[in-house]
Amino acid sequence: MSRAKKFMYINRHAPCGTVYAVEGLEVVLIGAAFEQDVCMAFIGDGVFQLQQDQDTADTGMKNFSPAYRALGDYEVNRLYVERESLQERGLTEEDLMPLTWEDEDEDWAEKSSIYIVDQAQLSDLMDEQDIILNF
Amino acid sequence: MAFELNGKTYETDEEGYLANLSQWDTEAAVYMAKEDDCDLDENHWEVINFLREYYEEYQIAPAVRVLTKAIGKKLGKDKGNSKYLYELFPYGPAKQACKYAGLPKPTGCV
Amino acid sequence: MLHTVNKSPFESSSLKTCLSLARGDADVLLIEDGVYGALSGSAHTSLVAEALGDVRVYALEPDLKARGLSRDRLIPGIEVVGYDGFVELACANDKIQNWL
Repeated sequence: MSRAKKFMYINRHAPCGTVYAVEGLEVVLIGAAFEQDVCMAFIGDGVFQLQQDQDTADTGMKNFSPAYRALGDYEVNRLYVERESLQERGLTEEDLMPLTWEDEDEDWAEKSSIYIVDQAQLSDLMDEQDIILNF
Repeated sequence: MAFELNGKTYETDEEGYLANLSQWDTEAAVYMAKEDDCDLDENHWEVINFLREYYEEYQIAPAVRVLTKAIGKKLGKDKGNSKYLYELFPYGPAKQACKYAGLPKPTGCV
Repeated sequence: MLHTVNKSPFESSSLKTCLSLARGDADVLLIEDGVYGALSGSAHTSLVAEALGDVRVYALEPDLKARGLSRDRLIPGIEVVGYDGFVELACANDKIQNWL
């Protein structure tokens, strides 16, 4: 088999107002079945997707934010969040939901999937990818 | 589409999955399994209950690879493999078990 | 006049345009992604905080909750209303302008 391709899914939209976020998440979960090297980046309003305590009950919409916690099970365990986007929105890492994955090779040790990176680091990461998809 | 059981109507999609998750009960699961010539035993229920708990927590039905791994972690390696799960659910463990569990078809299943 | 804004201020200029045109007796209601305009400590906080001296600004609670934004994160002076408050605002004003 040829080497796994490096995929980056870039999330740029807020979670509820449009379908970009939920559609993008679905593509990531489907794509994970193909055992490629997958990471996600959250920039702009996309960082709002990871906000803790989203509760859509009063709006009559489905709350899909718990599904981000399943990403670790799908071996999507590198989520890059752009620091500048957080700052512009008055957010810190503490506002984000804790997302982890379990390392089977280390007796299911729980490790964080969230990496706060600055713009320069994110540019470098983009350069490393084979395929970049925007949502 | 729909089926009726003890005077209660269960709406389904064209593939027989429950349209409304909250309508699910054990009678519906047994009925849907019977339709596929499948008698549910405790091993089936173990997987069905696991799937319902997974959905409750993450709001998605897991892909088969994820299900297999998670079952292995929870119920042991002898159950966390595709041979065991396919014997229980010959039409595909995620697809078939999700149906009896009242969940939508797993994300990524065609 | 009641103005509603449903776009994130980081994605669209509708909040900025709305606030620059809204007169002193206006009510401005932030709904859907517009509620991100109510966040304190953001790049758009000063824009809204300055407008608050002039117009009244409201944010719709179900949309705040859906996005995980608690009241303590909002710019002081913004009033949080439910769907009933939305209806009251709509009835209390002679005109409504939706900044789509």
